[in-house]
Amino acid sequence: MTDVVATNETILVVGGGVSGMTTALEAAEAGKQVILVEKRAYVGGRITQLYKYFPKLCFPTCGLEINQRRTKMNPNITILTLAEVESLTGEEGNYTASVKISPRYVNDKCTSCGACGEAVETEFDDEYNYGLSKHKGAYLPHRMALPERYVIDPAMIGTDDAAKAKAACPVDAIDLDMAEETVELKIGAVVYATGWRPFDANKIQPYGYDRYPNVITSVEFERMNDPMGPTGGKILRPSDGAEVKDIAFIQCAGSRDRNYLKHCSRICCMASLKQTTYATDAGAKSTIYYIDIRAIDRFEDFYKNVQADENVTFIKSKVANITLGENDNPTLQGVDTEGYNRYATEHELVVLAVGMEPSVDVSTLPGDVSVNEHGYIENDGTNGGIFAAGCASDALDVNRAVQSATACALKAIQVVNRVAGSEG
Amino acid sequence: MADELLMGAYICKGCGIGDRLDCGQLEQTATRDGKAKFAKSHDFLCSAEGVAMIQADIDSGETNHVILGACSRRAKVEAFNFQNVTVSRANLREGVIWVRPDNDEANETTQEMADDYMRMACAESKFQKLPTRSGEQELNKNILVVGGGISGMTAAIEAADAGYPAVIVEKSGELGGVMGQLHKRVATTTPYAEPEDTTVADLVAKIEAASNITVHLNSTVTKTAGAPGRFDVDISTESGATSNVSIGAIVQASGMKQFDANKLTEFAYDKSDNVITQLELEALAKEANGGPIKRKDGKEVSSVVFVQCAGQRSDKEGYLPYCSGFCCTASIKQAMYFKDANPDVDTVIMYDDLRTPGAGGEDFYRAGQKKGVIFTKSTVSQIDANGNDLTINFKDEILNEDTSMPADLVVLATGQEPNSGPNPYALDEAKKAAEEAGEEMPTEVEVTVDSILNLDYRQGTDLPHLKHGFTDSHFICFPYETRRTGIYSAGPVRRPMDSLQSTIDATGAAMKAIQEVENAAKGAAAHPRSGDLSFPSFRIEGCTQCKRCTVECPFGAINEDEKGFPSYNESRCRRCGTCMGACPVRVISFENYSVDTVGQQIKNVDIPDEFDEKPRILVLACENDAYPALDMAAQNRLEYSAFTRVVPIRCLGSVNTIWLTDALNSGYDGIILMGCQKGDDYQCHFVKGSEIAHIRMSKIADTLETLNLEKERVATYEVAITDVQRTTDLINDMAKTIEEIGMSPFKF
Repeated sequence: MTDVVATNETILVVGGGVSGMTTALEAAEAGKQVILVEKRAYVGGRITQLYKYFPKLCFPTCGLEINQRRTKMNPNITILTLAEVESLTGEEGNYTASVKISPRYVNDKCTSCGACGEAVETEFDDEYNYGLSKHKGAYLPHRMALPERYVIDPAMIGTDDAAKAKAACPVDAIDLDMAEETVELKIGAVVYATGWRPFDANKIQPYGYDRYPNVITSVEFERMNDPMGPTGGKILRPSDGAEVKDIAFIQCAGSRDRNYLKHCSRICCMASLKQTTYATDAGAKSTIYYIDIRAIDRFEDFYKNVQADENVTFIKSKVANITLGENDNPTLQGVDTEGYNRYATEHELVVLAVGMEPSVDVSTLPGDVSVNEHGYIENDGTNGGIFAAGCASDALDVNRAVQSATACALKAIQVVNRVAGSEG
Repeated sequence: MADELLMGAYICKGCGIGDRLDCGQLEQTATRDGKAKFAKSHDFLCSAEGVAMIQADIDSGETNHVILGACSRRAKVEAFNFQNVTVSRANLREGVIWVRPDNDEANETTQEMADDYMRMACAESKFQKLPTRSGEQELNKNILVVGGGISGMTAAIEAADAGYPAVIVEKSGELGGVMGQLHKRVATTTPYAEPEDTTVADLVAKIEAASNITVHLNSTVTKTAGAPGRFDVDISTESGATSNVSIGAIVQASGMKQFDANKLTEFAYDKSDNVITQLELEALAKEANGGPIKRKDGKEVSSVVFVQCAGQRSDKEGYLPYCSGFCCTASIKQAMYFKDANPDVDTVIMYDDLRTPGAGGEDFYRAGQKKGVIFTKSTVSQIDANGNDLTINFKDEILNEDTSMPADLVVLATGQEPNSGPNPYALDEAKKAAEEAGEEMPTEVEVTVDSILNLDYRQGTDLPHLKHGFTDSHFICFPYETRRTGIYSAGPVRRPMDSLQSTIDATGAAMKAIQEVENAAKGAAAHPRSGDLSFPSFRIEGCTQCKRCTVECPFGAINEDEKGFPSYNESRCRRCGTCMGACPVRVISFENYSVDTVGQQIKNVDIPDEFDEKPRILVLACENDAYPALDMAAQNRLEYSAFTRVVPIRCLGSVNTIWLTDALNSGYDGIILMGCQKGDDYQCHFVKGSEIAHIRMSKIADTLETLNLEKERVATYEVAITDVQRTTDLINDMAKTIEEIGMSPFKF
């Protein structure tokens, strides 16, 4: 039974990605009590699935290590993983959150020694690598996973392998009878930091993501380039595993478009520019098909560097459709608007720079929270003690998400300080 | 009782440690060599029972210096969280058994490795003291906000709303800043279709109504002395009247100014009254107040062209190389001013890339198109002014043709420049640039701007600049990282941004200021060593006033007193230890991190004589990137040399050369320093620590020569946290090098 202490001076942070962790840390380091609820088995969210950040081309685990260290050392933060907020009711300074905690089947005795992982054989789709690889039924989500505990995939429960895992554990950390539980928390202020998910590229019918093997998404391409990823860092064609030397990036794939996502996700231009550096490092040529390159403010420097890379070509065009050429090569068709030339160009691999959809589950929110037509929670001052940080509030890059999360920490603190003040 | 040194060693047999190592021997090593009062083994130290055993010993007074021989210090942190005692950890799992093969051949050296780590942990423990609060400052909740524009006003209101009184210092005679000059602002809420009220009047009203916000108009900050929690600030009016306030933390929101359009001679700004800037248009719009906008000569504007990126995103001398991030949406808003008053006005926006990101951005762009604003990807080459007539000469990039069009009015989107104070490192940077370009060294740099903070700091009066004059943080994960602890910049002085981002930024900066106020009261450090109570002190008798510590501190935390001795300020300090590494006479130390806590670890390693053919490789690994990489190498069961002894350090900048000299004199055969990336794209969490270490290490070559040792014995590397394979390889490479060049002649 999970024991959580929460009062109406406690701040609930929903979502443990970089935004949620930041809100939790900044508030906790100012002396406030925080409960961080994360759906996955580990904190860090989608940034753990990035190979590098733009524009510095630095590694997300660097900042994550510091944040995880700060988290481990701060007694003001309680982390609940495999946990989801099912409902939130009440008003500013006096909320009740119902949190469902799914079983990890591994308790806190786990020392991450890895014995259970060695003992089992069954494998399951690895969501961490966007389904491009598999993980064992007893696994550590990634090298720096916090909590530092293994996870048993629920699909393995009841099988022989589950018993093998339990037998292999030297410290009796595996509890196959662990059950789902629900905890009710009294809460003063809530910060939604539920992040985003990649737009479903299957919906963009003209681009054939569902039909052509060599049309992939930007997030899949990112995993491919990570040396610790599913292809060992090599850019390989899904159709035949050959190394790729010619890549097309399609910007605004499913974005800025009334047929799909109306909004601009802000980060995809910079993400593709970053990914051309991966391509250049691998000896491949890149062509970016774009409408506007949104390398805003200081990012202009990075854009200039990529423009100077002779391996990268820019074509101002919204690709009309993709057909299949020889050898499973996708053929991009459209009009180069600078000069109005039609083209039908074959490439070896196509990367769709898909947009971000907010992961806000409106059904868990109190009915009067402002959510705009794009699904983002608007911090318009009418949501009582509920605030949205990071990509729950707008399409943001990591730096701006952290900025937003830091601001939300203060907004939440104002609420709980009022509660504290009114209680003498 | 509190001062008596009672070292208790605990060895965990779990995770295979008990299978691979002789824990009985480790206990003996701890007591006999390490001088621990007692040593105990336990099957599963991090279990509730194991932790309770240790806690019982602490509670009964058996031990106040806990030594754990178990997993890495990065693992099981919550389990081994013991209060009011020092904790030293020998890394027997990731540091020994996980990186060595489990076979008979390796057993002997594996045990030796473990024994050495026990000796090292005891040596470290012996010289550690429990850090206590400095007491240099009390809780001071006052927040100083420099600048009364939308960023400053927001920071003040948000801080005050949380119970922290704010003091706003504004240079001009009124609050509002650039925002106050605008007629309206870009839409900030759904449906993102219309310009909105600037909110300046609301904010001013809120400030006037707030009982805990004080405003000083026509004033500047003429002195900032002290440190977070005890800033001693003078605020002076133009006439010289000065008031003094005591401040906990500072938010600098000094805002922006427009790029000087007079430089844009090709756009005839200086020749025609009808070529204006965005701010000048706002003034005309305010005058028109919803009616048709008239230009200076009184004519109602019937056609207007907006030229984006005017003087920006350009390599031209004197132009801005960056994008200002707000002007595309601002021009759409301004086009709407015309369209809303008279839909027949021709409004054309000439752009290179139209940058309206985010959920609201795209909606606002569509709203502009719906109102009939025309967008064309075109490059304007020249604007000709003939009396009141204007001809815009441009290349239409879509039609691929050079052409021209007339207009009543041209609005140049010129972007923003930050109102930052003088860069304290301007001369250093100019010298570095001259060196790289092979030019003559400058001896001074021209200071063209007034100081904003007038910091009474040895290292300069204002916040350092990152690039292009912005006082931004270099870290993606930590936008509020500041090189002057307790002083946070917000809004367009920090980086180019629009007004909505500025209000979020200001709220975030207020958060950090409040956090710093709370931590300064506790004597606790800010990021990245959050919560650290230790702070540097020095033995004044030994100090030679060489000033290296005061100059090299990456955060300008150290001043000099009248006699020239360093004067430390605990709450300005980030506890990196660069000062300690700099001191040639080794008089600087932290309670739990000193020349001895590391030096004695190095000296207490058993060094076999040269005939045993068992070299010793010392690895000084920065705790931020290098040490985690080594832990992860172990997690992946990568193997490295049995002769490796890793000592984690706070930052490469804290490495004092005495450690290397002592190591070489003791007979170590190789030394590897691993720290974070330095240079323009630095990753070093303490800004300059890694860079300084590399410079110091380049001078170690002289020492090696005098000792008649090969240069290859000491190597300094920049590593990333993902260098899991590489860090392993670097250690194994050193082992190979030692095989080639032979053992150190300094062994006994």
